[in-house]
Amino acid sequence: MIAFLLRRIGLLIPTFIGVTIASFGFIRLLPGDPVLLMAGERGLTPERHEALLKQFGFDRPLWEQFLDYFFAIFQGDLGQSLVTKEPVFSEFLARFPATIELSLCAIIFAVALGIPAGMFAAVKRGSTYDHSIMGTALVGYSMPIFWWGLLLIIFFSGILKWTPVSGRISLMFFFPPVTGFMLIDSLLSGQKGAFTSAVSHLILPTVVLGTIPLAVIARQTRSAMLEVLSEDYVRTAKAKGLAPVRVIGVHALRNALIPVITTIGLQVGVLLAGAILTETIFSWPGIGKWMVDSIFRRDYPSVQGGLLLIAAIVMIVNLIVDLMYGLINPRIRHTGG
Amino acid sequence: MALLEIENLTVEFATAGGQFRAVDRLSLQADAGDVLAIVGESGSGKSVAMLAMMGLLPWTATVTADRLQFDGKDLLTMSAAGRRKIIGKDISMIFQEPMSSLNPCFTIGFQLGEAMKIHLGLSREARRSRAIELLDLVGIPAPEKRIGSFPHQLSGGMNQRVMIAIAIACNPKLLVADEPTTALDVTIQAQILELLLKLQQETDMALILITHDMGVVAETAQRVSVQYAGQKVEEQPVASLFDDPRHPYTAALLAALPERAHSRQLPSIPGVVPGQFDRPDGCLFAPRCTFATNRCRTEPPERAKGDTTSALCFYPLRNGVPQGHPGKEAAE
Repeated sequence: MIAFLLRRIGLLIPTFIGVTIASFGFIRLLPGDPVLLMAGERGLTPERHEALLKQFGFDRPLWEQFLDYFFAIFQGDLGQSLVTKEPVFSEFLARFPATIELSLCAIIFAVALGIPAGMFAAVKRGSTYDHSIMGTALVGYSMPIFWWGLLLIIFFSGILKWTPVSGRISLMFFFPPVTGFMLIDSLLSGQKGAFTSAVSHLILPTVVLGTIPLAVIARQTRSAMLEVLSEDYVRTAKAKGLAPVRVIGVHALRNALIPVITTIGLQVGVLLAGAILTETIFSWPGIGKWMVDSIFRRDYPSVQGGLLLIAAIVMIVNLIVDLMYGLINPRIRHTGG
Repeated sequence: MALLEIENLTVEFATAGGQFRAVDRLSLQADAGDVLAIVGESGSGKSVAMLAMMGLLPWTATVTADRLQFDGKDLLTMSAAGRRKIIGKDISMIFQEPMSSLNPCFTIGFQLGEAMKIHLGLSREARRSRAIELLDLVGIPAPEKRIGSFPHQLSGGMNQRVMIAIAIACNPKLLVADEPTTALDVTIQAQILELLLKLQQETDMALILITHDMGVVAETAQRVSVQYAGQKVEEQPVASLFDDPRHPYTAALLAALPERAHSRQLPSIPGVVPGQFDRPDGCLFAPRCTFATNRCRTEPPERAKGDTTSALCFYPLRNGVPQGHPGKEAAE
């Protein structure tokens, strides 16, 4: 078990180095620089531009800047935002709970709907139910997030006026953040209507962000279930006289979940990528929106630090999923590495 | 009235190429204490017939029968829920592949306890002690430790013992063993058969043994039903079947046994079992039969009403000689 863990962590190191290079390089490929953007429409003289670049250290060779950045990371220093002058890490932490809250809701939504839908489609294979569930999943999977988000806003917020258009909670409510999770904080605040408001703000972004994972999970569950349903042990379970609910929901599902869990783990990357678009559409103050804003401002330290942290989260979650495997599949419990 | 009565059971599968008849008007009877062997090649419908009786076939199968009764109850018209009260309790089944027939995600103890929970309503402690008792009964050492093991931690023979323990957990009246030893090596085969027979004698249940191994039949069965291409070709007590097979197919099968062969080269039956698209018009065995006449090739043989055991043949053998056969010339 420990050998397995060490080997897996060892594999993370090259990935991590790759991510630092990529995050450092890509933002610098964009035309423009932070100084020009800060100056805005007023513009500035070439001399002043030079002087400011020198002040920030952007005049030095790229490899020198990279090495500085790279070694600073190992001292736990991701640099300061050029715009707010705050450390990148604390900027990230301040916005992270909003993204976690949204992503968690989205994945719960996707799992809670996707697994039953996939199971149902598999059990009713070839039926109208199967075709309509899989057709819907394909549409959901193919739908561009920003377009889907705008459609929902137009219909539910614009025409039906059921949900608010943007933000995490109505402006009428104010309370200091305790956990950073609006659903919990609104409950803790004790203000009447705050929780309902937080929920209503959360619904559309959750649906938008959860749609692609929902489609992927439903399709994966269906195919895993179909495979498992023809296994001998399912026949054994039936031969015991067990009710179909138990045969499918216990004997088949437990085995079908093995590949589905991997899929769910891989969706974390999809979720964080999707969060960038979803948060921008719904003005959700999380790291996705922060990343987009930072890119527009050419806030180099924020972009590269933010990307690095997001990549680290994806890697860690995937590692946890690998470890969780053993819980559900006794055949690969990591005994003796 | 016998414990299990099957009369003219027919099973058809809907396939892309039309209906495929896997079991063709099969009749069987089994009573408490009986050991009945069903023999035949792969694809002769042995397993399908038993799975149909238990209601375990997929929805593509159409099952019809003049009578399908167990213990006086009609399995054919019974609701699925009603059938589930019998399946796993009074009728249970052991399958060919012990490794894949047990669920890899659950412990032996859990899989053993399930049937006891739903059919007998035993408490957790009662299930545990009964599970240990059963594992001990089927010859698994250190059962109290094994109860927490997963199937992949046991050998094939051990897993088959576990399958047997599951099958007899609720003291069934009928146990169907579908090629229980095919996937196991020879020494383990003998042990498993011995165990099955011992349990059968102790509890006086009926045992239906599906096999393609004549050696297994000779050692275990009292009666033998021989199946070919979905039809029962004959049924006899084991001794007289081996002495004097009535159907040319049975005779050919027995002649192919290594211990009975006289020549250096092992006799074999030419050709293969007819499939969906090359089903003969007459007797299904005619294309491979050395005694086949024009009549055999054009007209299917039938049994008289009420007769379920005689050879399904126009010229049944008597001491290896076809009775009433028109002779070599006419057979050409």
